[in-house]
Amino acid sequence: MSTTTPVDVSVASSVDTSVLAGRLGDSAVRPDGVAKVQGSFAFSGDLSADGFLWGATLRSPHPSARIVSIDLSAAWRIDGVEAIVTAADVPGKATYGLISQDQPVFASDFVRYVGEPVAAVAANHPETCRRALEAIVVAYEVLAPLTDPELAVDGSFPPIHPDGNVIRHQRIVRGDTAVIGDVVVEAVYEIGMQDQAFLGLEAALAIPDPGGEGIELFVATQWLHEDRHQIAACLAMADDKVRITLGGVGGAFGAREDISLQVHTCLLALRTGRPVRIAYSREESFLGHVHRHPARIWMRHHATADGKIVKIEARFVMDGGAYASTSSAVLINAVTHTQGPYACDNAVVDGWAVRTNNLPCGAMRGFGVVQACFAHEGQMDRLAAACGLDPVEIRLRNAMQTGDRLITGQVIENVAPVARCIRETAALPLPDEPVGGHDGDPMRLPGGAGLTADRSHIRRGIGWGVAIKNLMYSEGFDDYSTARCILRDGVASLKFATSEVGQGFVTIAAQIARSVLGVDDVVLEPIDTTIGSAGSTSASRQTWMSGGAVDGACRLVREQLFAHVGAQHGIEPLRLAIDGRDVIDTMGELRVSVAQATAGMSFEETFEHHHRPTEDLDENGQGNCHTAFAFVAHRAVVDVDPELGLVKVVQIATAQDVGRALNPLSVIGQIEGGIAQGVGLAVMEEIIQVDGRVRNANFTDYLLPTFLDMPDVVVSLIEEPDPMAPLGAKGVGEPPCISSTPAVVAAIRDAIGKDLTRTPVRPSDIVF
Amino acid sequence: MSDTTRHPDGSPATVPAGPVVSTGPVGPADPVGSNQIYTLHVNGDDHQIRDAWVGESLLYVLRERLGLLGSKGACEQGECGSCSVLVDDELVCGCLVLAAAATGQRIVTIEGIAPLGAPSDVQQAFVDAGAVQCGFCTPGLIMATHALLDRSAEPSEFEIREELSGNVCRCTGYGRIIDAVQRVAVSRRDRNDAEVGS
Amino acid sequence: MSVTVAHSLDDALASLAASPTATVLAGGTDLMVELNMGHRRTDAVICVNRVRELRSWRHDPAAGTLHIGAALTYAELMHEPLAGFAPALAQAARTVGSPQIRNAATIGGNIGTASPAGDGLPVLAALDAVVHLASSGGRRDVPFAEFATGPKRTVMQPGELITGVTIPVLEGFQGYSKVGVRNAMVIATASACLAIDVPGRSVRLALGSVGPVILRAPGAEAIVVAAVDFEAGTIPADAVVEFGAAAGAAARPIDDHRSTAEYRRRAIEVLAKRLLSRAFQVDPGRTASTSGANS
Repeated sequence: MSTTTPVDVSVASSVDTSVLAGRLGDSAVRPDGVAKVQGSFAFSGDLSADGFLWGATLRSPHPSARIVSIDLSAAWRIDGVEAIVTAADVPGKATYGLISQDQPVFASDFVRYVGEPVAAVAANHPETCRRALEAIVVAYEVLAPLTDPELAVDGSFPPIHPDGNVIRHQRIVRGDTAVIGDVVVEAVYEIGMQDQAFLGLEAALAIPDPGGEGIELFVATQWLHEDRHQIAACLAMADDKVRITLGGVGGAFGAREDISLQVHTCLLALRTGRPVRIAYSREESFLGHVHRHPARIWMRHHATADGKIVKIEARFVMDGGAYASTSSAVLINAVTHTQGPYACDNAVVDGWAVRTNNLPCGAMRGFGVVQACFAHEGQMDRLAAACGLDPVEIRLRNAMQTGDRLITGQVIENVAPVARCIRETAALPLPDEPVGGHDGDPMRLPGGAGLTADRSHIRRGIGWGVAIKNLMYSEGFDDYSTARCILRDGVASLKFATSEVGQGFVTIAAQIARSVLGVDDVVLEPIDTTIGSAGSTSASRQTWMSGGAVDGACRLVREQLFAHVGAQHGIEPLRLAIDGRDVIDTMGELRVSVAQATAGMSFEETFEHHHRPTEDLDENGQGNCHTAFAFVAHRAVVDVDPELGLVKVVQIATAQDVGRALNPLSVIGQIEGGIAQGVGLAVMEEIIQVDGRVRNANFTDYLLPTFLDMPDVVVSLIEEPDPMAPLGAKGVGEPPCISSTPAVVAAIRDAIGKDLTRTPVRPSDIVF
Repeated sequence: MSDTTRHPDGSPATVPAGPVVSTGPVGPADPVGSNQIYTLHVNGDDHQIRDAWVGESLLYVLRERLGLLGSKGACEQGECGSCSVLVDDELVCGCLVLAAAATGQRIVTIEGIAPLGAPSDVQQAFVDAGAVQCGFCTPGLIMATHALLDRSAEPSEFEIREELSGNVCRCTGYGRIIDAVQRVAVSRRDRNDAEVGS
Repeated sequence: MSVTVAHSLDDALASLAASPTATVLAGGTDLMVELNMGHRRTDAVICVNRVRELRSWRHDPAAGTLHIGAALTYAELMHEPLAGFAPALAQAARTVGSPQIRNAATIGGNIGTASPAGDGLPVLAALDAVVHLASSGGRRDVPFAEFATGPKRTVMQPGELITGVTIPVLEGFQGYSKVGVRNAMVIATASACLAIDVPGRSVRLALGSVGPVILRAPGAEAIVVAAVDFEAGTIPADAVVEFGAAAGAAARPIDDHRSTAEYRRRAIEVLAKRLLSRAFQVDPGRTASTSGANS
């Protein structure tokens, strides 16, 4: 088995509902698992309706151009074309966006990135759509694109958008800015553009109401209500006229937080009066959603001679691409995590998120902290070398604890077991196999089946990364979640709009209900906008927020149940409790099954879970802007062929601060999956743009780790339940992809004895 | 279309009624040549495909004309394995098979691996081992795993990795999938040993 | 657009004669990608991957040759008995795509596509393979070195079909190496095949992904022929280093989104040295570059 963990994640080979399995703490199997393995689970791209038409989108071939004219006439002459829409056909707001609505539904005067939507067609077959798109003639006046983010920072490039080229600037100043350390180390770190590359390509089905007063949309997305709000504004409809049902989601990782095809699909449906399906190709998907911000980060760490951080200076430039998306929030996340999980009293940080004609960037798992962590972990190793300490010792000496402050002044109130994360990771066994395995199989070397090396060509290295990551939304945003519980005849029904993207919320939602209410049978109602918002599936927030909402609704239902049972039996409800599948009197003899107690009854509650309020940052970046934090450590072992620059990641060991593993198997899944993405960013994943043009918008050249690239993962789950979390559990989705990347790169540095300041690391970076 | 239906296993019903098999919309008019009629043999049944555009891949025909939505398209380039099907017992990418050229071949899709509601041992192992998250890669992986275990009953971990290297997963990081495959191999061996012993 | 599935070579050639500009489809791993993306439109497709004559192979011990039918797949080339006759081709086959791709991709397709990054092609070049073409008008054989004229351009004429390829079954070391950034489904940034013909006293080095076509490195080959002791099976370490440098010099790589010319040239140098070291069991420590290795 490739993963070892002190937590027993084994599951009985069949799900035995006669035992109390499936409660909190169990590795319950997911309720949609059988449908998914049989191929009967409906993803948004599997949905269809009678009489539907296919839709497709015309996209800009230029990173920057003025639209001179659009001629649709040749496209209209193609047999089978039923509708063509452009900016002129948007009845409501012409633009949309998560923070500022700066992004056009269709470009009308200027196109600002390669792939920007210009028009859409509806036709009887995808091939007809393709031909119609080819027949649309758009005359462009090509302009010189802004592709260097520094030119946006220094203001030397004319604005490429009415909102200007700087999306946000934030400064952080704290403590004694003049202090100089005995030891000073600095470097500039570069992080390339990573793509979320979820497998379930964008797809939507829009069904217009007769008369076009409203519309029904089935789409894979991360935040139904935010989508609805933006779509309704563009369609000039009230929010409640746009009814969204979640279509099965094939992964998200941030790329579905912005809308992409939603308004286009609706427009075509309303225009034709028929259902319309749009499904993106992989190339279109790369162009059609936001990406991780490429970043250039200078950091200078000052420390005492024995390695204690005294001051950090930093400058962040994050390339937000053509439209603002969530760049503003990504920047804040990045700069406020400058110090990493280490104590630091003094800091000067300047950060910019800027607009360029490169691909728009926004949310991707880690949300700015991936970039900051790559830099701060590179710095910690630099400090270690300068102070004559090893990478573990330097980190332990500076490790944050509960009660320490961020450089924003915010006190870390959460459980903060940073030192424990590091120590437990260090205690996990190193791979016992030498380079090439015990049998020296060349297939196990870097290069694999390419047979590029013998064992003697390979160097092994070890590297470390440790991270802090904020959970939930920040800067005063109230990202609450809503859930409804109905308990009836021994069956609990849960309703929520929480987007299930694969992370397993549907699994723990049922576990929560079973634990609180003592039932086995839990039914999950469709995920749609007929209930209040659950907020976004992002920011590692759903276990905390939607779990909190489900928990809250179930607890309120339980109170009703106890009130009812108490009244029936003349017992004070406060004496009642759930024991197994029964309601019992903790101070008496009564025991009645929940099924019996709820026979013919229906108890219902809807609950909104809010986290405590957060603050804005002031002009010095001071303020309690984050909600909560989680911590993690990674140790990577890599084998490197220094002459060819090929890398094989052999093992990643990690100890993660999870609070409480509500479903250990799901937690392991999130950890292994996040580490895979971290490995990808370390050695192979990068969108390559030259002059604003993407060179690798396909899976041939945007490389995801395969089975043969993924290392063994050994995990230690650190469970110190957080009293601030409704279930004691912290979010686990993002930390695994944050410090795994710098750990791998540090391991490569260790193997080759060379400095590397860029990720992903390319073979030529190692060789030359 | 939007009533609150739910699956018996409690999974959220995110679906209106199932898809419509397109006997309808005719393909694009071609400048040369005719839209042919051809027959595909899928999961033991013959299906006549008419009014189709002959440039359609097998993946497209399975999904959009035969209503077999289990095979998924994630790249249309053969780089992800989500569309994996068996053609004459060989595991191939359905997106790279020209449907009109697959006549006279025995095609098996995820729907043909086991009856709906009665998952195969491989399918059940994936569920039990936590090897399914979003599930988009899962049908292709189930096909690849069946093909692997039919050829090699007790594969080493490396063999599992190599034989499944054509199936990309973005959610799981592969660990639980390898575990699922190993569980099946062990349980089949135990079953065989038991049968031999009795 | 019409689709014809041929089951015999005569059928295939007749169909091709009727539509000389038809696209020939074998495994689909190149053509279908283009069709799916709308990058290729074609009037007619003739499917040949079930043509029985193209699915056969023949070892001729007297002539010392192996004839491989064009529609044999890379999966088939990876396994015995074909792997035994052409071990470098089996090694190359294992690096092709994925199991799904290997089950469909054919050697004929690889030859016909003529990508300079085609995985099996450096092996064919090193072995001086002969490509067999047929049309309704007759047959002809083209030495592999003359077959491709540029990236994805060949000497094939309309109405012609690749029926197979013949390679010598050599006695001596054969090795194929491919550099790619990940361990599966990767286009080679550089590749090389070294084949030694001990009885014939010849050394063949072919380079992939570093030129408009697959390149041979005659200068490098000559270095080995001059320095090697075929009887003892040894070669001096400095000849290995010289060989690597000459191989690098023979490469004509370009910069592209996958890699740089500078890296590719260095990779060829390293692959060549290592293949030769493997062939003659030379200690790698004596031939490593002074930069890069961390000894």
